[in-house]
Amino acid sequence: MTTAMNSQDGMKKQNGGSVAAEDLVDLKCVFERPQSLSDKPFHYCPGCSHGTYHRLIAEMIDEFGFMDRTVGICPVGCAVFAYEYFETDMIEASHGRAPAVATGVKRALPDRFVFTYQGDGDLASIGMGEIIHAAARGERITVFFVNNGIFGMTGGQMAPTSLIGQKTTTSVDGRDARATGHPIRVCELLSNLEGVAYMARVALTSPKNINTCRKYMRKAIRAQTEDVGLGLVEVLSPCPVQWGMSPGDALHHIEEDVVKEFPPGEFVDKLADPVKA
Amino acid sequence: MPAKMQLTKGNEALAMGAIAGGCDCFFGYPITPQNEVPEVLSYEMPKRGRVFVQAESEVASINMVYGAAAAGKRAMTSSSSPGVSLMMEGLSYIACAELPCLIVNVMRGGPGLGSITPSQGDYFQACKGGGHGDYHSVVLAPWNVQEMYEFPALAFELADRYRCPAMLLADGVLGAMMEPAEISDDAPPPNVPEKPWATNGRNGRAHKNVVNSLVIDPYGLRDHNLKLQAKYKAMECETRWDTRDVDDAEILVVAYGISARLALSGCKLARKKGIKAGLLRPITLFPFPSKQIAECARNKKRILVVELSAGQMVEDVRLAVNGDVPVDFYGEMGGVIPSPAEVCEKIVEAAQ
Amino acid sequence: MLEETILAGFGGQGVLMMGKLLAQAAMEEGTSATWLPSYGPEMRGGTANCIVVLSDDEIGSPVSEQYDTVVAMNQPSLEKFESKVRPGGTLLINKSIVPIKTSRNDVDAYYIEANDIAENECGTNRSANVVMLGALQCIRQKLKPESIEKAIAYAFEAKGQKVIDANLKAFAAGMNAIDAKATAAP
Repeated sequence: MTTAMNSQDGMKKQNGGSVAAEDLVDLKCVFERPQSLSDKPFHYCPGCSHGTYHRLIAEMIDEFGFMDRTVGICPVGCAVFAYEYFETDMIEASHGRAPAVATGVKRALPDRFVFTYQGDGDLASIGMGEIIHAAARGERITVFFVNNGIFGMTGGQMAPTSLIGQKTTTSVDGRDARATGHPIRVCELLSNLEGVAYMARVALTSPKNINTCRKYMRKAIRAQTEDVGLGLVEVLSPCPVQWGMSPGDALHHIEEDVVKEFPPGEFVDKLADPVKA
Repeated sequence: MPAKMQLTKGNEALAMGAIAGGCDCFFGYPITPQNEVPEVLSYEMPKRGRVFVQAESEVASINMVYGAAAAGKRAMTSSSSPGVSLMMEGLSYIACAELPCLIVNVMRGGPGLGSITPSQGDYFQACKGGGHGDYHSVVLAPWNVQEMYEFPALAFELADRYRCPAMLLADGVLGAMMEPAEISDDAPPPNVPEKPWATNGRNGRAHKNVVNSLVIDPYGLRDHNLKLQAKYKAMECETRWDTRDVDDAEILVVAYGISARLALSGCKLARKKGIKAGLLRPITLFPFPSKQIAECARNKKRILVVELSAGQMVEDVRLAVNGDVPVDFYGEMGGVIPSPAEVCEKIVEAAQ
Repeated sequence: MLEETILAGFGGQGVLMMGKLLAQAAMEEGTSATWLPSYGPEMRGGTANCIVVLSDDEIGSPVSEQYDTVVAMNQPSLEKFESKVRPGGTLLINKSIVPIKTSRNDVDAYYIEANDIAENECGTNRSANVVMLGALQCIRQKLKPESIEKAIAYAFEAKGQKVIDANLKAFAAGMNAIDAKATAAP
């Protein structure tokens, strides 16, 4: 995706300029970089799905026609540079506080589309207070939550979402529930709050699931734009580098193990009508 | 209704001053002794179509301020010492991201949970950074209810001019006391400068805006720091101070906020005893009136600094006079307020 | 003129209001005034007090070491604050509910049956504070009585003319109480 480019330029390059311009007229553009995604190459590790999720967000912003009125809030964590990757106005928040920053923006400018992008350390550990209260207040914001069960940026420490038995740099013998407690299931926890209008979890592991994710994201955005409440989509995301797995194994690990702890599906849907997807 | 004299509580004056100063958004968490500020604003802000949110914590409050300020609005929070401590990380981010906003600290006794009685123990925190990194806020110190009303507007104006946080440093006495003050509840909206840097949605803008305090390249961060430092230097022209009876004084008392009120009474008592004492009151604690103090101190016998602390501003006074004039200190801590007679005693001691 | 006063009593006796009326009246006259309530734990303990400073000049400190006048609406207030009256100063004591005398003999002490007077004149002891204010006015005379009457009208505006009138009556009764029978000697 990082190499996605204007299709006509791409064709010219591929064909070395040997095809006459008039022959290209009837070619259809079938894939391009969303307008809301910048051309800055992602810094993410191979096999990581932050890039995928970024692209999906940019697609959504384009689809809704929101590029001109979006303010995105980035986290601290692997996605700390996310402001470089979107063509919308962006704010870099302090660790965990994106929902509070988003509250400030949205209350100040109620007609803008405001989203936060947060990892599990950011949202489920240090920022748990902010997300709970933003959800309880029913802030009209959309939260794109990436759960990869580990602190990636800082070198693979245990996260509140790490699985029992998971080996991390701060749980070298595997996460022990007696010493470190149990994984926090964010969707299950937040879905009790009345202010939540839409909440869903999906494993970002296959084209099919990516399409499901799009469907969920659309609803999470409509939760905001239709003034219903807070919308959140949690994606189960691989971190092959810190998990010590190949990208392929990491995806299998999600589908076989992670989903047992974090079952995918829709948890809250208070939208007036079912989405046409 | 035009401005008229009203017997007004300091905290209420501050709230109305915030409205007069064009505050668009208030975010705060309850803490004594500043609770009238959010109480008044919770009613007065929505009435005017402005934003009031009672946040879940001071940490959330300051980050909401960060968001609303980034969106280009005049945003503020109000708290007291322990709550302001919680905001220090956010304040550092705000300073680095160059966002204008207002933070009110109605100081109480510390350290720790301390007391809820008045204190000035947060001078270092307010003036020397408080959060991490090399940064400053403009710091204003009102000394009466009238200034509690007027300074929010001034703070917003300076914050916008320099794209920096401004702090209003008051204390439990100023917050709780009533005085006649000229207050308007429908002041004309202030002139707010354009904020082309704001992250308020592109709305046709050719480029995106980013509000950020992350500068990962060391040289880039050095340059950003140099820019900030140049800004702090440029702020010196905003220095404000006030004096009473300093021309013929042999003892110069330097105090700010409520201490300056105590010191003023102390000076008057001292003059009754034949000791010529005068008061210099820094109004901006950052930028600090170093030059003005040095100049004023030139023909003085001694300086007495009075604070409700163990001695914080006194360090800046000593730096200002650089050994030219001996500097004494008198302070009380923990919410104890010295009486004017006690201040007078210290002036008498200094004169001997 | 520099007049420093402590007004103290139980919460609910309206001592903070007494102070506000003084400060409001001072403002009416263009006199500088500060009003500082006690706040914090003691506020929640059932006692309340405030300090009022009036001056022709710019007011420095809103607190002092000694006061020209202490008004004690109950016994704990008398015990707590009688030592704060400066020698030659004034002590006003609500005789209706304070059974003891002051131990000070270097101050002018006045014993006023504020609750009883309020009860008799206004049918409720809730105006005892304003009765006391009338007595204070009569003794210290730092402000014009009309200014305090104006302040009363302003402060009770929202409660209606009846309440204003009752308080004006209480104020007058307080002033008369001093003329009639209150004596400096207990």
